[in-house]
Amino acid sequence: MLSNTVKEKIISIVSPANFDDSKTGRLVYSYDATPNFQSMPDAVVSPRNKQEVSQVVKLCNEFQIPIVPRGSGTNLCAGTCPTEGGIVLLFKHMNKILEVDEENLTATVQPGVVTLDLIHAVEPKGLFYPPDPSSMKISTIGGNINENSGGLRGLKYGVTRDYVIGLEAVLPNGDIITTGGKLAKDVAGYDFTRLLVGSEGTLAVITEATLKLIPMPETKQTMLALYQDLEAAAKSVSKIIASKIIPATLEFLDQPTLKVVEDFAKIGLPTDVKAVLLIEQDGPREVVERDMARIAEVCKEEKAVSVQLAQTEAEAEALRTARRSALSALARLAPTTILEDATVPRSEIARMVNAINGIAEKYDLNICTFGHAGDGNLHPTCATDSRNHDEMERVEKAFAEIFEKAIEFGGTITGEHGVGVMKAPYLELKLGEAGIAAMKAVKMALDPNNIMNPGKVFAKDSRKRVVV
Amino acid sequence: MTTIQEQQRIQTEFQEKMNQDELLNCMRCGFCLPTCPTYIESGYQESHSPRGRIALMKAVVDGVIEPDEDFERSLDLCLGCRACEPVCPSGVNYGHLLEDARDIVNQNKRFSMPVKVVRNAVFKGLFPHQERMRGLTGLIGFYQRSGLQKVARGTGVMKLFPESLATMEKVLPKVPTMKEMKNRPEHLEPIGAKTHKVAFFSGCLMDTMFMDTNNATMKLLQLAGCEIVIPKEQACCGALHGHSGEKEDAKALARRNIKAFEDTGVDYIITNAGGCGAFLVDYDHLLKDDSEWKERAQGFADKIKDISQILVEVGFHEKVPLELPHQIITYQDSCHLRNVMKTASAPRTLLQSIKGIQYQEMENADRCCGSAGIYNIVESEMSMQLLDSKMVQAKATHATTIVTANPGCLLQMKLGIEREGLSGKMRGVHIVDLLLEAAQTK
Repeated sequence: MLSNTVKEKIISIVSPANFDDSKTGRLVYSYDATPNFQSMPDAVVSPRNKQEVSQVVKLCNEFQIPIVPRGSGTNLCAGTCPTEGGIVLLFKHMNKILEVDEENLTATVQPGVVTLDLIHAVEPKGLFYPPDPSSMKISTIGGNINENSGGLRGLKYGVTRDYVIGLEAVLPNGDIITTGGKLAKDVAGYDFTRLLVGSEGTLAVITEATLKLIPMPETKQTMLALYQDLEAAAKSVSKIIASKIIPATLEFLDQPTLKVVEDFAKIGLPTDVKAVLLIEQDGPREVVERDMARIAEVCKEEKAVSVQLAQTEAEAEALRTARRSALSALARLAPTTILEDATVPRSEIARMVNAINGIAEKYDLNICTFGHAGDGNLHPTCATDSRNHDEMERVEKAFAEIFEKAIEFGGTITGEHGVGVMKAPYLELKLGEAGIAAMKAVKMALDPNNIMNPGKVFAKDSRKRVVV
Repeated sequence: MTTIQEQQRIQTEFQEKMNQDELLNCMRCGFCLPTCPTYIESGYQESHSPRGRIALMKAVVDGVIEPDEDFERSLDLCLGCRACEPVCPSGVNYGHLLEDARDIVNQNKRFSMPVKVVRNAVFKGLFPHQERMRGLTGLIGFYQRSGLQKVARGTGVMKLFPESLATMEKVLPKVPTMKEMKNRPEHLEPIGAKTHKVAFFSGCLMDTMFMDTNNATMKLLQLAGCEIVIPKEQACCGALHGHSGEKEDAKALARRNIKAFEDTGVDYIITNAGGCGAFLVDYDHLLKDDSEWKERAQGFADKIKDISQILVEVGFHEKVPLELPHQIITYQDSCHLRNVMKTASAPRTLLQSIKGIQYQEMENADRCCGSAGIYNIVESEMSMQLLDSKMVQAKATHATTIVTANPGCLLQMKLGIEREGLSGKMRGVHIVDLLLEAAQTK
């Protein structure tokens, strides 16, 4: 609990209306979208500007109170679950798009801006902000930056990191720093912008971001390829890329996923096939047409049973929406849905999908797989029930094995969700001891009192994830 | 004030009665957040979102928090518009959870004397009794016709009431006379070739205060080729009771209605009020624990259909020429018609087929207007905040006619028009009244 002194000091900074330590107020910020994680914060604080953020952070540093910055809490690694108590820092007031600069092709925003609102603000100007996490209707830019979110367009356009060119952030000692800016070129000193993107709130509190925009692609086409053989679908992915085509989107859904998505979205997705690839290309019309024709050929060569172009934008949008709802639609299968984020080089997609299926069978689990096949980012998702302790043990073991496999194939433990608490035990698998030590050194240098989102990224003990 | 004992009783009942599977089904993905009017209007406060409310209910079940004042506040502020349900990929039945939670809270709470008197009068004394509804409407009619209304407005006595109530007094429709209300037909023949035999659910408020709209509905059904039966024994749908935590009363009304319509031998039971329709279509859930009534309720629910749906189905808008003098028309969805009865395109199809008018879709037409049963009276502040946002969107369409499909929404729109000082320039109208107007203008 916060002492009265601290409480009064915070209230004097943010005003009484922006401090909440009621039981209900704390409870509704005790979780995010990660299953099985819940922990009460001591208070919820909603600053109105960077000065207030700075003062609150400084105070927390002085009294060694944990700070958990939080957008909409849609993340899937328990990154915003206040596992060690302290204060949840909300950005509901700091949600303005400050500027869309059409000369420099940048947007400057506060962290609380909802991703889709930014997209809606720039697209009428013919500008394009490519990162499009499935949660973009809800998630905030601040959250996207902290988790380094990806999305359906990641294959061609990269992830959030590739579009953040400048930041304003409050360090744990209360200092306000700015990194980068509107510049296309800037090599002055360490790249703190890149360091802070994906730092999961463990190094600083981001209070403003300058984002790179690019011209809106002229046209876009969407295609659906159906397969009766999982491996054939995976092979198509490698072969498309090997043909020197980088589609804007190349998504994979297996049959169980298709069934639940169709049950939810009801758009006439085929549920009698083993796998589906959702493929998009954008750019100048001639290029798009040429690429799509070649992709269709490759898919047919790889035994696709059907290859079809969406005839209208509405049809294409329905397909994309269906794909975006895959995770949550899987929640219809069982009370608890654990979604993972194992990523491999795209040439290894087929082997990885096979390995996941083998592991699911071995542990007698229902694991569906979908994901961003084009960038090797798979989401093996387990439909289970957290009340079934025996099964949860097996889920644990299965995912540990999945991560080991991913690493073995030259992959990683998370492609776009972040480490948080969820994957902290496996970070060492990817980084090795020395890698962890180097990262911890950075953390210690900036945040010696460990107030910034403590307990995230670095596990207390490796290889044992705390679920339940 | 909820006492400690009350809190303990509520907590125990939450553990015994709340559907735990349904609570667990919420995977907290947050897809519901951008659709929730109270989440948005409260400045993105999670405790006023569906995800937050479900988390709170679960926390009470788990014993993590007590059902204190803040908890009740969170439940009370929910409009029950159920906009969160169609977007929930996990398919959580939020409306059912809310109904159960409110029922438990209200059944274990001692209300203060004035609140108790009002609740008893409304839920037990008035709505279940159609003759009393007529009596009250008759009183309003007397008030309107006798000159009392003029006196009341002249003396400024209305200023003593809360603002929304005082404005409401101005926007109440001209009500029918007692005689008109008592002489209701029980059977009507179709005009032209018969397409269906249907029953008409006449409702309580709709058949008194909005009798003209009911008459228009029946006329449209006749024009659409429907033979209509209007069972006399039917009662209020019970929505108001169900949504306010008086579930047993709602069940009693449901049984009465199921019985009244059971032997009519009709294809459909037609409603013209989104709020009623959504509650009727859910009778099977309401009576799911009643082995004797479960199946009968299912049979009843399967037949419920909104007026706009059947009109589109029989091609009314293609058969009957519809025309109106030039005007811009916009449509405000009834939340329950849209989110529970899944009827959103039929009313738009009908409106767009009226010749001479320009249909202009309003931004966020699917967002609740803030009427929500008696919400606009008990939660006046939030209701008016929602209404003000709604009117901004309505004005942006430059419409002179706002069409709705539910009496509550209609009154709220009229209230909005009055508050904006637009009476005379803009009107609120029920879709069936407008359709009949269009069918008769030639």
